[in-house]
Amino acid sequence: MSLDPNKVSDTSRVQLFSEEADHHDSISLRSLGFWLYMMSDAMIFAGLFAAHGVYLEAYGTSSITAGQVIEPVAALLPTLVLFASVFVFGLASVALARGDKAGTVRWMVVSLAIGVFFLLDETSEFAKLAAEGATPQASAFLSDFWTIVWVHAAHVFFGIIWMAALTVQIARDGLTEATVGRFINLRIFWFFQAVIWVCVYVFVYLMGVS
Amino acid sequence: MFMDVQGPSNALFGRLPMILDLHYDNPWIMVALSMVVIGGIGVVGLLTYFKKWGWLWNDWLTTVDHKKIGIMYIIVGLVLLFRGFFEAAMIRTHQAMAVGPDSPGFLGAVHGYLTPFHISEIFTVHGTIMILLAVTPILVGFMNLIVPIQIGARDMAYPFLNAVGLWLTTVAAALCMVSLFVGSFSHAGWVGLTPLTQLDYSPGVGVDYWIWIIQIAAIGSTVGAVNLIATILKMRAPGMTMMRMPIFSWTTLATNIIGLTSFPLLTVALFLLTLDRYIGTHFFTADGGGNFMMYTNLFWLWGHPEVYFVVLPAFGFLSEIIPTFSEKALFNHTSMIVATMGIAGVSWLVWLHHFFIMGAGPQVNTFFSIATMLVGIPTGVKVFNWAFTMYKGRIRLEAPMLWALAAVLMLIGGGMTGMMLAVPAINYVSHNSVFVVAHFHNMFLIIAFAIFGAVTFWWPKAFGFYLDDRLGRIFFWLFWAGSVFVFVPMYALGFLGMTRRLDYIAHPTWWPLLAMEVVGIALYVASVAAFLLQMYVSIRDRKQNAVRTSDAWETSRSLEWLTPCPPPFYNFAATPVVHSNDEWAWRREHGMTTLRAEKYNDVHMPKNSMVPVVLAVFTMALGFAGVWRIEWLFVASIIGITGTLIFRMFQKDIDYNIPAAEVEAMENRTLEQMDTQAQENVHQTGEIADGPVRDGQAQQA
Ligand code: HEM
Ligand SMILES: [Cu+2]
Repeated sequence: MSLDPNKVSDTSRVQLFSEEADHHDSISLRSLGFWLYMMSDAMIFAGLFAAHGVYLEAYGTSSITAGQVIEPVAALLPTLVLFASVFVFGLASVALARGDKAGTVRWMVVSLAIGVFFLLDETSEFAKLAAEGATPQASAFLSDFWTIVWVHAAHVFFGIIWMAALTVQIARDGLTEATVGRFINLRIFWFFQAVIWVCVYVFVYLMGVS
Repeated sequence: MFMDVQGPSNALFGRLPMILDLHYDNPWIMVALSMVVIGGIGVVGLLTYFKKWGWLWNDWLTTVDHKKIGIMYIIVGLVLLFRGFFEAAMIRTHQAMAVGPDSPGFLGAVHGYLTPFHISEIFTVHGTIMILLAVTPILVGFMNLIVPIQIGARDMAYPFLNAVGLWLTTVAAALCMVSLFVGSFSHAGWVGLTPLTQLDYSPGVGVDYWIWIIQIAAIGSTVGAVNLIATILKMRAPGMTMMRMPIFSWTTLATNIIGLTSFPLLTVALFLLTLDRYIGTHFFTADGGGNFMMYTNLFWLWGHPEVYFVVLPAFGFLSEIIPTFSEKALFNHTSMIVATMGIAGVSWLVWLHHFFIMGAGPQVNTFFSIATMLVGIPTGVKVFNWAFTMYKGRIRLEAPMLWALAAVLMLIGGGMTGMMLAVPAINYVSHNSVFVVAHFHNMFLIIAFAIFGAVTFWWPKAFGFYLDDRLGRIFFWLFWAGSVFVFVPMYALGFLGMTRRLDYIAHPTWWPLLAMEVVGIALYVASVAAFLLQMYVSIRDRKQNAVRTSDAWETSRSLEWLTPCPPPFYNFAATPVVHSNDEWAWRREHGMTTLRAEKYNDVHMPKNSMVPVVLAVFTMALGFAGVWRIEWLFVASIIGITGTLIFRMFQKDIDYNIPAAEVEAMENRTLEQMDTQAQENVHQTGEIADGPVRDGQAQQA
């Protein structure tokens, strides 16, 4: 404010109403909201990881132990796949920053395909586990293991649907305020899934066998 | 993959065939059903008779206006509050009848008139409704209604999302009403005691209703929290720094930070429970390595922050009402902000006091005991701030002030008993007694009093006329007397050792105290009648009771009093510039009460949308399918929700512009209807608003 109202004795000079139209930076407003939403999502994982601490060795009567079902080396593949997808999404952002619509769409499609591969890989890994009898019903430990991994996978699945819809929209409408805002939010979301996966890898896979 | 369930079920209808076996011969269900059906037919009939369907749809159901959304939240909450109250009355009268082995039994009950399973359902649904579907929506409604105006914004940060939040809450409420007739409700307490909530011990659909209702309501609250936080952080008027923000907005911010971070934990707890019940995992089971204290921990990790989620906005109401009717600025605005954020922070560190008897050991119990008592410090700061606000103030005992003062008195009782319960040694004997029940009702009464104070206080702002004062006072005194008669004997019964959630009371000497509680309930019934009469009379006489200026109470303080009553849909034709903590009081003291701006600009507004209603329909189907395990419908609703969201994503025509000239014309029309003379001369109290001061007046007090 230009005036210090403390010193105002002539109230006619006080500005009561703003003369400017309010302008929203809609993109930054939307990413703030999305960050807030991500905070609540982070709490979901926080709750799951807290539970994980309790169920680390809760095998009940089941003879299947963590060492038998958790393979950190094999889990490197999905880790690298997810990172590749995120990296490629980063390339899409670079294209977007250049205003290159075709490039953005192209890289988004690649990122999406890698994401799909991640899910397929995870499905086949867990199908194998189920075939060996390590189902979520077998013990609290396995319930927890399946749940953490598949809640993460559900996020990835949702991200894939979103990415598909957004790719179509960018291809149709180009880089507008609305699509760029969504792109930035999706980027937050997608990178966040990689971060969560790092936690899953460290807490569930690496610590699971130590 | 899915668990086998008891009773009939098939692929098309899930477990619905079960309802054919349920007892509909219970007269209570029939009474409730006929009340809802008659009420429903009445509403539909009136709407049709007065040809109001278009109005309802265009002006209300599809609206994205934060004020209307707020009002709808409050209406939903009040309806459910009424239902919850009905259940309270049933519990009280049943218990007073079921005392001693000779007490008579009616309607299939051995004692009293409710069977043990039925009364368990009733106290469960009472708790669930009151906390999640009555108090929370009413408070969120006020945040919606008031906060954007109070910070000088034109709307919420995300008006569309706001409507989605409202509709999710409404779906949860609707599902709760459906559970009354279609199936049953959980019998495991509002906290969902494990392993009682497991499929083995609760084979019906009751627990599933409880789960889905809470899940849907929790998502609604999370969405609302994102919206309110972003609104407060980003949409404040020029000059309104964070430290100048009114306390109600601050408490809204604190509450929603709590909500945003704690509701997800409830979601997790209930999601894991859902997995246990639907696919047979072993999170909270007694076998297979399950751990049901994990559930209790997760539940209270949400549950305790939740109690502050509901009490902080109530403190916010008090902080607006008390200064207005003391004609003084709130004592030490800054310390109030610090105390608010302090309570919000500490609320995270105390959850274990709900199960000291888990036996976590002396170190753990001591930690949580001390942490719990620490909450008393910021709470005490607040009480002293209100007291010092009134000190040497010119106190006017108008109806909102009565409610506020009663709330402060209640806080002393509830806070003291909370401190007692926070001592593990005391807690070991009082846990799960009605002493605890009296404690938390005492705390919730603060909220109830603050809410009715807020209703009376902001009613003229929202609707442009006052509530009838005489009936308002009658309502207040009856409600106060009812509270005393119900809860003082309850404390006594707690000391005598009565445990909570009883369907039969073996101790005949407790009868007088239980009968006193019934007297209290009768007083409450009378107070509800006074309230309804007050609504009727006030609406009937709205012409005589119209508000003439923007400042209905003549001594109000914050920005919402700087726009006409009721505010136009764009709130402020021109955004106000803020110079003080109590901007309106400051302007009034300086004789700058005009509402006319010198220059108007284009106003940009969101368009109405029916998407939230469509989402609500799909969510309702989702919840229903979840409860009754109708797999195809469940999947179909998820596809429907996703499809609707994608549809919304591709919608382009979502907002519109009002040209400056039109804004000016509309504004002129509104201002013409007001009493300009009165507006120019709004009562100046001669008291000095906190903050900048015109020369020479500083020392008048
Ligand atoms: C000064 C602040 C407070 C303290 C020290 C306090 C302390 C406690 C303690 C120790 C318990 C556990 C009793 C037991 O189960 O053995 C408790 C229960 C409870 N309190 Fe408070 N409390 C405070 C404020 C509140 C507030 C503000 C609310 C809500 C508005 C509230 C609502 C409840 C509820 C709902 C329960 C128990 C619910 C249940 O077991 O079903 N309390 N409180
Ligand atoms: Cu607590």
